[in-house]
Amino acid sequence: MADVLPPLPQPNPDTQEFWDGCRRHELRLQRCDDCGTARFSPRPACPRCASLRHTWFTAAGRGTVYSWTIVHAPTLPAFAARVPYAMALVELEEGPFLVGQLRDCEPAKIRAGLRVAVRFEDVAEDVALPHWRPA
Amino acid sequence: MAPPAAIVGIGQTRFAKHLGISEAQVAAEAIHAALADAGLAPRDVDGLCLFDIESNTVGDVAAMLGLGDVRFFSTHSHGGGSYCAVVRSAATALAAGHASVVVAFRARNRGRRSSFGKGYTEGGRPWEKIAPRIAGFYQWQVPFGLVSPVQEMALIARRHMLDHGTTEDHLGEVAVAMRHHATRNPNALMREPMTLADHRASRFVAEPLRLLDCCLETDGGCAIVLASRERARDTARRPVWILGSAQTNGPAHHHPHDWFAYERRRWVTEAAARLWGEAGVRPSDVDAAMFYDHFTPMVLLALEDWGFCGHGESGGFVAGGGIRWPDGRLPVNTHGGQLSEAFIHGFNNWTEAVRQLRGTSTAQVPDAELVLVAAASSDPYGAVLLAR
Ligand SMILES: [Zn+2]
Repeated sequence: MADVLPPLPQPNPDTQEFWDGCRRHELRLQRCDDCGTARFSPRPACPRCASLRHTWFTAAGRGTVYSWTIVHAPTLPAFAARVPYAMALVELEEGPFLVGQLRDCEPAKIRAGLRVAVRFEDVAEDVALPHWRPA
Repeated sequence: MAPPAAIVGIGQTRFAKHLGISEAQVAAEAIHAALADAGLAPRDVDGLCLFDIESNTVGDVAAMLGLGDVRFFSTHSHGGGSYCAVVRSAATALAAGHASVVVAFRARNRGRRSSFGKGYTEGGRPWEKIAPRIAGFYQWQVPFGLVSPVQEMALIARRHMLDHGTTEDHLGEVAVAMRHHATRNPNALMREPMTLADHRASRFVAEPLRLLDCCLETDGGCAIVLASRERARDTARRPVWILGSAQTNGPAHHHPHDWFAYERRRWVTEAAARLWGEAGVRPSDVDAAMFYDHFTPMVLLALEDWGFCGHGESGGFVAGGGIRWPDGRLPVNTHGGQLSEAFIHGFNNWTEAVRQLRGTSTAQVPDAELVLVAAASSDPYGAVLLAR
């Protein structure tokens, strides 16, 4: 567990299921009941068809790197010891994009299309955070 | 159709890393200067438009300066994406007869020393002041380690490179061109000449973006005075007309996870078509452009978004000096922009656009008649076309 905690999420009724899933080390996403589109971040309506009906499901936790940055200083104290670290924009197998740290991967080996899998780290009593590793 | 409104006054404070005055005083000084330029008094002002990132409220400013009956006021969200919306809103109110003289401004105290003891909107980088628990959209980035705007922009820049062959030197040329303009501008904070080698040698902040890809952090303020068509004809200055404007806020904006998911290109292309259609001119008619250059890649996106080059062609556009004064196809940010003059959340783009159309810029485009001012490509978005 890090000495300095990063800012942590404050769940609300729209996002509680995602963060509860992380605590169980599961990547929980919403899928639209009408058009079938999986989405991230969690929200009450579908960006594609505006439907209010959705079902939560557990994503496979696999995707590919769509873009990335290597973060140098300045950053927040919680991440300062990791600098330089890689942040990836991951395109999930189910469709949505999300960002996360890409760990255990030399910067020179990062490329678009690199296959990655999610891992979870328990950072506080009530919070686990996802990150990504080459798969 | 005759333009409904014009900019009739511009004003600014001194720009500095740390001014040592309150954000309220920054606003007061900038608005004073703009009203003096227009030959108007505070009591003539009956409209006020500002950002929601402003710590000064409509009420504060009206009381502080003894404005007239402020019968129109509006506050706009989304930071750099809305400095054009602020002015568009003013022009819309003037066209509708809801006001006759509107002040729009941005006052900013962001220097690190200015931030001591201040709240979220006043002083310091906002991302450094984030709460220990986050309820908004930043919960999808900051806990994971994506904490600042430059890191978001780096993801966008990297993908532009992958898709279009854009290079770090293309980004560098944006910074070099802005500095080239700033060397002529006595108000610019960064006036030392810069080369591509200087850009390449600057440290990485968030790869592929370097220190010289980032805007300055500046204390300072800029204000403009807008007037209705009738009122504009009897102010002290030759009016600069609002010829057209557009906004867009499709689902594809700002957050990296939404940016690439929802056909951003479609929304900005439609906004551009509305702008040019409303104004009845083409991009090739424009003499100069003021783009929101908080980071160099955003200038590349703006060139593509507003139709100055094809999708993915902006790297080539800038490579040959395309945005440099005096010989570029489209001189951009002839004051030095946010990268080299000062970062006033785009509001110094208004003062420079007006100077170009008055013929008083330090990097004057000969006989400039048409100038585009565009908002931050990374946000809910917009642009305003100004004409002499
Ligand atoms: Zn749907």
